Amino acid sequence: MTDNAKNHTLGDKLMIELQGVNKWYGEFHVLKDINLSVRQGERIVLCGPSGSGKSTTIRCINRLEEHQQGRIVVDDVELTSDLKHIEAIRREVGMVFQHFNLFPHLTVLQNCTLAPMWVRNMPKREAEEVAMHYLERVRIPEQAAKYPGQLSGGQQQRVAIARALCMKPKIMLFDEPTSALDPEMVKEVLDTMIQLAESGMTMLCVTHEMGFARTVADRVIFMDRGEIIEQAPPEEFFSNPKNERTKTFLGQILNH
Amino acid sequence: MQKPVTGPSVRGSMLTDPKIRAWAFQILAVATVVAVGWYLFHNTQSNLAQRGITSGFAFLNNPAGFGILQSLIDYTEGDTYGRVFLVGLLNTLLVSVLGIIIATIIGFVVGVSRLSPNWLISRLAALYIEIFRNIPPLLQIFFWYFAVLRAMPPPRDSHALGEALFLNIRGLYLPAPAAADGFWAFLVALAIAVAGCVAVARWARQRREATGQRFPVLITCLALLVALPVLAALVAGSPFTWSVPTLTGFNFRGGWVVIPELVAITLALSIYTAAFIAEIVRSGIQAVSHGQTEAARSLGLRPGPILRLVIIPQAMRVIIPPLTSQYLNLVKNSSLAAAIGYPDLVALFAGTVLNQTGQAIETIAITMSVYLAISLSISLLMNWYNKRIALVER
Repeated sequence: MTDNAKNHTLGDKLMIELQGVNKWYGEFHVLKDINLSVRQGERIVLCGPSGSGKSTTIRCINRLEEHQQGRIVVDDVELTSDLKHIEAIRREVGMVFQHFNLFPHLTVLQNCTLAPMWVRNMPKREAEEVAMHYLERVRIPEQAAKYPGQLSGGQQQRVAIARALCMKPKIMLFDEPTSALDPEMVKEVLDTMIQLAESGMTMLCVTHEMGFARTVADRVIFMDRGEIIEQAPPEEFFSNPKNERTKTFLGQILNH
Repeated sequence: MQKPVTGPSVRGSMLTDPKIRAWAFQILAVATVVAVGWYLFHNTQSNLAQRGITSGFAFLNNPAGFGILQSLIDYTEGDTYGRVFLVGLLNTLLVSVLGIIIATIIGFVVGVSRLSPNWLISRLAALYIEIFRNIPPLLQIFFWYFAVLRAMPPPRDSHALGEALFLNIRGLYLPAPAAADGFWAFLVALAIAVAGCVAVARWARQRREATGQRFPVLITCLALLVALPVLAALVAGSPFTWSVPTLTGFNFRGGWVVIPELVAITLALSIYTAAFIAEIVRSGIQAVSHGQTEAARSLGLRPGPILRLVIIPQAMRVIIPPLTSQYLNLVKNSSLAAAIGYPDLVALFAGTVLNQTGQAIETIAITMSVYLAISLSISLLMNWYNKRIALVER
């Protein structure tokens, strides 16, 4: 894969800051004292066994989940229960889901123009131009008039990426974007994500695609049972994991 | 010991040939239907002949000779049975249309409230649903009629709202408008206001699409709808003279009266059916996957637009088919009106007219056809709408 994906300099600005974040589902302690800082342009891959809290962590960043303790600051705005703050952050943070979550009653183009028109008050024509620009970037402009139900999984996920990009976000969150795809469609989505990384987007990605982590990530974070166990640049993370749990996990997913 | 593997040779039989069997059963089925039909027809014919009843629809032209409690068209005792049929049909349609509109409004409000994060609101909605869908509709009609409306005071002691609205055991009395000097100016002003609203709404949408700017359409339209007619009334004089109901002797004269039977049946059916519609709306909204809400939220959309642009359009395709059958139920249940003497189609035509003429087959057949026609029309309309909003799949 391309080398220039890694040759970039990080900005000095902190885009995301989590300080002592704790979260419980009833009695269950999902997130235990999470501390994480993400700089502008940084790409982070979160991995770990299922139920380790990695999805919950990124879902807290755009308030799809509420944290109960600690501070989360996104692009200089602190996440509180203040709706103004939540909306301001959601405008700047795009998200891609495991199951795409495209709006099935709208065409691909309408999926992409909905939020810019209703959230950013963008004129329809301009929104459509922006949408076509990003649909071209994910290489499916010819599907613009179709409905999501008429596309393959890989195509749907690329539309979902384009839909998020149409809001021109500063940060992109990916929640297992390739887990629901057939194997032959994983590559087209990963290629789109690599291309996005090359454009300098700040990215947080929950994924088990270790090839992707190696190629693109500046930092790989391993989580288990609601804690950040280990974080390191990918070369170090894969060749020299320090924690026992990390070694076990890597052993399980790499040797099969 | 080993037996030879060859079994008895399988020979085709008439009885096991699927083609022959299929034909045989078809012929049997048709023969049965024809035989039963012929028997019924023949039996009826001979019974009618025996009792000297002439069949046919000539009776529709005979004078009815009885009065009707409520009629939407002019009717006097001398009018024909055909006219009675029309009166009954219109009364049934009145209850059905009113019921469908009110039930839909209450149903959607209660259904959405049921999902409210507010504990009190969602509990109240649940209470409403559990009470009204678990009590038989006939009992509810009795409740509204006998327990509420029959308990109203006699005309002399009416509950009055100002000097114009009166509620008593004989019904609700309202002032009736009649056209006056300013009527046409008023009507024209209203028409201009409505046209203005349509124009404003269209212009606002085009401007939003072109520039992204919003415009307060709702408030502008309300202002237009109020201001223009009022202005017209000021300039051209009052549009209506009001015939206010006044107590003369033992009863009110003048104005409009809504009979308690109509109020009872409409209230009971709307409230009863609304409980079912509420559950349908709730299940429709819940059928839209939570991922849709999350995706819309993550794009920065607010709760209002999420409901309007993402959830409701998808919920509607789940809601429409069961909603259709609730509408059909409401129309058919309106025949329960006979129990409290509301002059609907069943009470008037399949009741009084049948008793007076003895034309059982004709009256029942006509009545059944009418319900069938109404129900099929509703189904067709709703299916057409459902097809229009259906999702496009591969």
